[in-house]
Amino acid sequence: MSTRKSRTLKVDYLARVEGEGALFIRLKDDNVTEVQLRIFEPPRFFEGFLRGRRWTEAPDITARICGICPIAYLASSISAMESIVGAEVPHPIRELRRLIYCGEWIESHILHLAMLHAPDFLGYQDALAMAKDHPDIVKGALRLKKIGNDIMVLLGGREIHPINLRVGGFYSVPTKDELQKLRPDLEWGLEASQQVARWAATLDYPDFERDYEFVALRHPKEYPLWEGRLVSNKGLDIPLSEFYDHVVEEHVARSTSLHSSMRQRGTYHVGPLARYALNYEHLTPGCQALARECGLGPTCNNPFKSLLVRAIETVYAYEEALRIVNTYEMPDRPYVPLEPRAGRGYGCSEAPRGICYHTYAIDDQGVILDARIAPPTAQNQRCMEEDLAALVPQFAHLKDDDLTWRCEQAVRNYDPCISCSCHFLKLEVQREYSH
Amino acid sequence: MRGVKKPKLAVWKFASCDGCQLSLLDCEDELLTVAEHVDIAYFPEATRAVQKGPYDVSLVEGSITTPHDAERINKIRRMSRYLITIGACATSGGIQALRNFADVNQYIRIVYAHPEYIETLRNSTPIAMHVYVDFELRGCPVNKYQLIEVLNALLNNRRPNLPTYSVCIECKRRGTACVMVSEGVPCMGPVTQAGCGALCPSYRRGCYGCFGPMEVPNTAALSACWSNIGVQKDDLVRGFRMFNAYADPFRKESEVHEHA
Ligand code: SF4
Repeated sequence: MSTRKSRTLKVDYLARVEGEGALFIRLKDDNVTEVQLRIFEPPRFFEGFLRGRRWTEAPDITARICGICPIAYLASSISAMESIVGAEVPHPIRELRRLIYCGEWIESHILHLAMLHAPDFLGYQDALAMAKDHPDIVKGALRLKKIGNDIMVLLGGREIHPINLRVGGFYSVPTKDELQKLRPDLEWGLEASQQVARWAATLDYPDFERDYEFVALRHPKEYPLWEGRLVSNKGLDIPLSEFYDHVVEEHVARSTSLHSSMRQRGTYHVGPLARYALNYEHLTPGCQALARECGLGPTCNNPFKSLLVRAIETVYAYEEALRIVNTYEMPDRPYVPLEPRAGRGYGCSEAPRGICYHTYAIDDQGVILDARIAPPTAQNQRCMEEDLAALVPQFAHLKDDDLTWRCEQAVRNYDPCISCSCHFLKLEVQREYSH
Repeated sequence: MRGVKKPKLAVWKFASCDGCQLSLLDCEDELLTVAEHVDIAYFPEATRAVQKGPYDVSLVEGSITTPHDAERINKIRRMSRYLITIGACATSGGIQALRNFADVNQYIRIVYAHPEYIETLRNSTPIAMHVYVDFELRGCPVNKYQLIEVLNALLNNRRPNLPTYSVCIECKRRGTACVMVSEGVPCMGPVTQAGCGALCPSYRRGCYGCFGPMEVPNTAALSACWSNIGVQKDDLVRGFRMFNAYADPFRKESEVHEHA
């Protein structure tokens, strides 16, 4: 005779992620029967109200989709608009664009890896509790993060929703001397971020790997930030204009965010692990050597180790920022003046949490007729669910509280910004036992 | 501080981009000090730990856009001694209030394949339209130093010392040449509340009004200025309809030109 026991476990919000959502897991005899990520983020309808706005307004408006990766939205929308008119920006502008994106990577990566994700590995509720036992780590991280923000402030005017980027370039650009002021901090940061990577390598990572299809930008010469083709480790190689020929967005009942997958290919994974695997050769020799020292090969399939890859990317961002600061020459004018023309454009950039894709159609007056945006967290949602389905049986022996925590940690592997996925968190584990 | 109970701080989120609450984590130099003086009791974006209410101070980010949220804000008000709204979303409805000027059902159809899954209110509304708000902090995003000033003032039982004059005054103070006069660039500065330090003009662009209307703004005079420098009606409407589109003075002015 068998009796059934079922248990439900609830946590009000999945914390330390940006935004609101919930996780629902049903277990029967330690087998996962259902995993759902539910997104409660109230819909904000950006793609609706962008219609009728000017093409030059899209950057400042779409930046408000996400306060932690505004540069990603600014960059992707600016690139999309510039592609409509076939604009080329001069080298120094391109360099400043890379520099401000480095600022966002540094700020976002350090915030996430040291203050939001590391506490999971060390068993703290948050960075403030962690700061009591590891004051040097937290204080060092705060300074590293601040330098990222300083780049954003210098080039963008402020750290959240910078005001100085526009279609065609910048409203104003710094002089060589102004940029040079960043140098001592960047030199300190390069050194300090290498220490953070070495420290990150000492954390205890769960033994867990999956065979992902990684999707990221690839550029012939450099580690991708603002541009490139979309490629995967399983044969995808397309120009930006073909994104929606391959990606389908599905609207499921549990979510105000659209779930992405690829036709014939299924679930894919965007973010640091994908970028790293697909662009390893474009990391500097110093970063590659450090990655090896930290125990990473040229590909990493353990999503928990995204923390470590973020640390390597932070070092890269510091190196790249220094390179730019050291070689910058002020451009003749801060932007290229552009006139609208009717057409459709595509833009994609590497947000800290993965590719952020935009496409717009405008008329000959520059009025937006249609807008479509695929934020990184929405693209990763299915991947997160599949990770959890694979992970839970491995940790099903844990007490509910510990299992819950483990699941949260696994979601945080993706540094999800739920606002972004338009966009989490309540955790519910339902256990049924037959005896 | 032993024996003295630290005030309990909660941070709540409604429809928003998280940028305003992130401002708190962006106070790199002040964060650890702030944490010495207040007890961060509920802040899901930063900590798993949750303490039950009531709370001494609630910071509320985001606007009300769903029936569920309209109920939730009332519960939060009942649990909070002081309720402070942070940012344009919470004080005026934010950029998502652009739906208030359109047919939201059409928007749902543009964005979602299954409109029946989406539960949303007709309008995106500020927190003060639902509950009593003790203090409103402006900006899209808020200025983090203003945020610290507000917390400081509350901890010391005084009124926050924040300007209510226009961005123009900040330009004059920092000696920035007027972009409207000198370059003919449309600027919202004359009707927008100070607080950003006249950021945009200092980068040679016009203010886009992210701090919302100042006290008694002369929006009609500004529209006349903009018209004089060649701004067309549609762009006047767009100018007032940005991050504070649903703030009364901006909303009314945009409607004047929409129907003109
Ligand atoms: S006011 Fe602006 S910065 Fe603040 S949450 Fe709303 S959209 Fe984000």
